[in-house]
Amino acid sequence: MDDPLVIAGEKFASRLIMGTGGAPSLLGLETALLESGTELTTVALRRVQTGTEGSIWDLLQRNRIRALPNTAGCFTASEAVLTAKLGREACETNWVKLEVVADDISLLPDPVELISAARTLVNDGFTVLPYTNDDPITARKLADVGCAAVMPLGAPIGTGLGVLNPRNIAAIVADSSVPVILDAGIGTASDAALAMELGCDGVLLATAVTRAADPVRMARSMRRAVQAGRDAYLAGRIPRREDALASSPADGRANLDLAL
Amino acid sequence: MATTVKVNGEEIAFDGPASVSDVVDRALDNPVGSSVARGIAVAVNNDVVPRGSWRTTRVSTGDHVEILTATQGG
Repeated sequence: MDDPLVIAGEKFASRLIMGTGGAPSLLGLETALLESGTELTTVALRRVQTGTEGSIWDLLQRNRIRALPNTAGCFTASEAVLTAKLGREACETNWVKLEVVADDISLLPDPVELISAARTLVNDGFTVLPYTNDDPITARKLADVGCAAVMPLGAPIGTGLGVLNPRNIAAIVADSSVPVILDAGIGTASDAALAMELGCDGVLLATAVTRAADPVRMARSMRRAVQAGRDAYLAGRIPRREDALASSPADGRANLDLAL
Repeated sequence: MATTVKVNGEEIAFDGPASVSDVVDRALDNPVGSSVARGIAVAVNNDVVPRGSWRTTRVSTGDHVEILTATQGG
């Protein structure tokens, strides 16, 4: 596997982690997930409903996409810890996308509850991937308590505003001892590419694909954007400069001054 | 003695004693004794009951049972 994403010792060929929220149909979602090339995909935990046809669980199983249960909808550490344990039981994995939000309007992470829940879950043997603010200090504290990755937001969930604070994301990347996954806020392919160019190890997105006019085409676009951004990061971009710099040689030009 | 528990917010009554397995079968419309449903997790009064303990864990009247499954989410 060339240049894999490695989280907690597990290797992934794809650096695009998908979410499944917002898709109007399971069939459309399945095609989009396959087109995205993702190997790790988030699911939420909700009360069972009888009589529904097919399930996201079956869909991921038959396509060998690993399920990453989240704790979406939790406002306190204790709710998130219980939800994580239910996710572990339901999805037969000790990996969790840890979300603890402060309110249901901003959907912004509550750093105090988040770090508390992360510490508890790490001590309980979970592999914790926390959704966090784009704050380098919170990210550092999450890594310090033993999280396997940190997942700062580009912009609030579902906004599609892209990477609002690229300098903070770059600072998190520069400081981080664990993989950095940009999570939330991606609107279109260039946002995903920018996140990767900033040095993120991966991108997690859902809405940008599931609510696009053509989710399958957008999934393909995101796959390519993440690959392109990663390549650009590894290739090393040129420094920015104030003045123009000719790329054609100045020497050996013909004398074409026809006024002579 | 009858057992009445609240499952995902709705009351379910059993004529006699009931296990978590029985509750899951009833709630999911499974044939009795077939609790093999994968992708499901159960909490009784906010404590997770591991799948391996469903058959041996009794529920008591007044218990709050939550049966959750993986669903679409970001």
